Amino acid sequence: MRRIDPLIPAAIALVALVLGMPALKPLFAWMFPDQARPLYEQDSFLSLTLDHLSLVGISSAVSVVVGVAVAIFVTRPSGRAFRPLAETLTAAGQTFPPIAVLAIAVPLLGFGPLPALIALALYGLLPVTEATVAGIEQVPAGVREAARGIGMSPTGILARVELPLAAPVIVAGIRTSVIINIGTAAIASTVGVKTLGLPIIVGLSGFNTAYVLQGALVVGLLAAVVDLAFDRLGGFLGRWNRDRVAKTA
Amino acid sequence: MVKNPVLLVLVVAALAAAIVLSFLSHAPNRLLSGQPVPWGVVLEGWRSLAFAPALVLLAGPFLPNGRITHGLVALAASALIAGMIWLAGDVARSMADAAAPAARTSFGGAFWILAVMAALAASDALQKLTREPALRIGLALLLAVPAVFLVADGFIDALSIMKEYANRHAVFAAAVTTHLAIIAAMLVPTLAIGLPLGLLVHRRQGLGRPIFAVLNIIQTVPSIALFGLLIAPLAALVAFAPALARLGISGIGVTPAIIALTLYSLLPIVRSTAAGLAAVPTAAIEAARGIGMTRGQIFRAVEVPLALPVLVAGLRVTVVQAVGLTAVAALIGAGGLGAIIFQGLNASAIDLVMLGVVPLVGIAVLADLALKLAGAMLKARTG
Repeated sequence: MRRIDPLIPAAIALVALVLGMPALKPLFAWMFPDQARPLYEQDSFLSLTLDHLSLVGISSAVSVVVGVAVAIFVTRPSGRAFRPLAETLTAAGQTFPPIAVLAIAVPLLGFGPLPALIALALYGLLPVTEATVAGIEQVPAGVREAARGIGMSPTGILARVELPLAAPVIVAGIRTSVIINIGTAAIASTVGVKTLGLPIIVGLSGFNTAYVLQGALVVGLLAAVVDLAFDRLGGFLGRWNRDRVAKTA
Repeated sequence: MVKNPVLLVLVVAALAAAIVLSFLSHAPNRLLSGQPVPWGVVLEGWRSLAFAPALVLLAGPFLPNGRITHGLVALAASALIAGMIWLAGDVARSMADAAAPAARTSFGGAFWILAVMAALAASDALQKLTREPALRIGLALLLAVPAVFLVADGFIDALSIMKEYANRHAVFAAAVTTHLAIIAAMLVPTLAIGLPLGLLVHRRQGLGRPIFAVLNIIQTVPSIALFGLLIAPLAALVAFAPALARLGISGIGVTPAIIALTLYSLLPIVRSTAAGLAAVPTAAIEAARGIGMTRGQIFRAVEVPLALPVLVAGLRVTVVQAVGLTAVAALIGAGGLGAIIFQGLNASAIDLVMLGVVPLVGIAVLADLALKLAGAMLKARTG
């Protein structure tokens, strides 16, 4: 018997929870009998989820573009001098708690989605850069030599040898970055950004555990689904690379 | 011509920040946003001498690479940071007006960016000076002494962040203590569960996949969600067994914080324990068996010492991560530095936010350095 991929039931559960939360009102009313309002209804969970996803999506896109570009630059001969600086920045930057980055961005740039977006993009840069450098570095020197031997240009080697071979490691870095961003975006509700963290924050400040539970369930499930999807993508890229190598061999 | 392009980029970035942003800002009270203090006022008269070390950094990119240049750059960067702190304190004192006691002078964006660029210049120079990680960390700590001395000795007491500190130094001390206590308390269950689990994963290879799958999913759940998810079950548990409440267990506060932190910490600890044990060379174990050591002796005398550096690296990840997560735990009433940050965010009091953020980052950086140092020393010993 073929086992069902856990990604499928998790994704179905997420969609059902996001769209069908109002239907669970009687359940929450039963679980929290003292609560006059057992369901978070100020915003629909669909709009919160979409806001959350667009904040994470835009910031992660910026992180990936800039992070991969920086990593490519510091692994070229012309940028090699900057490699230790990039390594110091990514290592030191990751000791900064995400909450600290968020808390600094707000007073400097003001409340609202833009400072949160910048904070998330900056913080998300670090794992992407680190992983891309590691991925390009682990390409065997012999493979690079062989590509040069058959007359490939440096750009050709980068685009057709280094980046494809580094892809599974780069995707692992993007996965870390996106997962951290999903969590930090939830905390961004404390600085007035509408995300899935909002029901949790509203629930915590208003002693409404039902709200907290609803927000936590949706955002936790969302993170798990995204993580599983990245896991599949990483596995797919690994197989794709092996197939390519097998074909050329 | 340009001998050190990295330093040149840092200098250009610092100059750009100095032109665009303000070094200090001045506001009528702590809640209003400040007006930038013009550079003319900041650099009035002989005060501008505080920026003298910057000349070395400006020349640095064009000096020949060598120990003397790198040493000079590191010293100049340290002197510049100390000089800027002193300068900020002096300007704030001179702007203080007895008629407007509520007025506040705060660090501006240019101060922070100049300080970060100087720190990066020092780090770059130290990396070029020595490859020895322990020596590098020691020198970095030494270079930070002047800045720490100036802050501790009250040179910047006229600045807003120190006024926030003076207004609530008892609360601040309690927050730091709580923050550290939560991390220490988290380490007990983390190590008690994580170390045996890591050993189990190492000994029974088949268990690795399911255990890591579960720990990985936990690590994925956003911190605020995991804290939130623990509230309802813990509250129900206490309602069911009121004796637990007398032990100090409750749905909000320190209990869910420590449980959540432990859950997050298990992945790096189990992973590094198993990886450390797996990295012990089979030859070393064979040799120990050859001289007649028992399994227990081999474990204590060979496997544990050789696995320790990897385990310490995992511990470093755990502790640094816990410092940040504990700040988020303030949302569920666990206290700590996060409480100061969120209080500042709610009141839009920037310097109160900074009073929480600066020590938070400081604790994370110090924990990172201390455990890196411990790891380097262990590695040197087992060589």
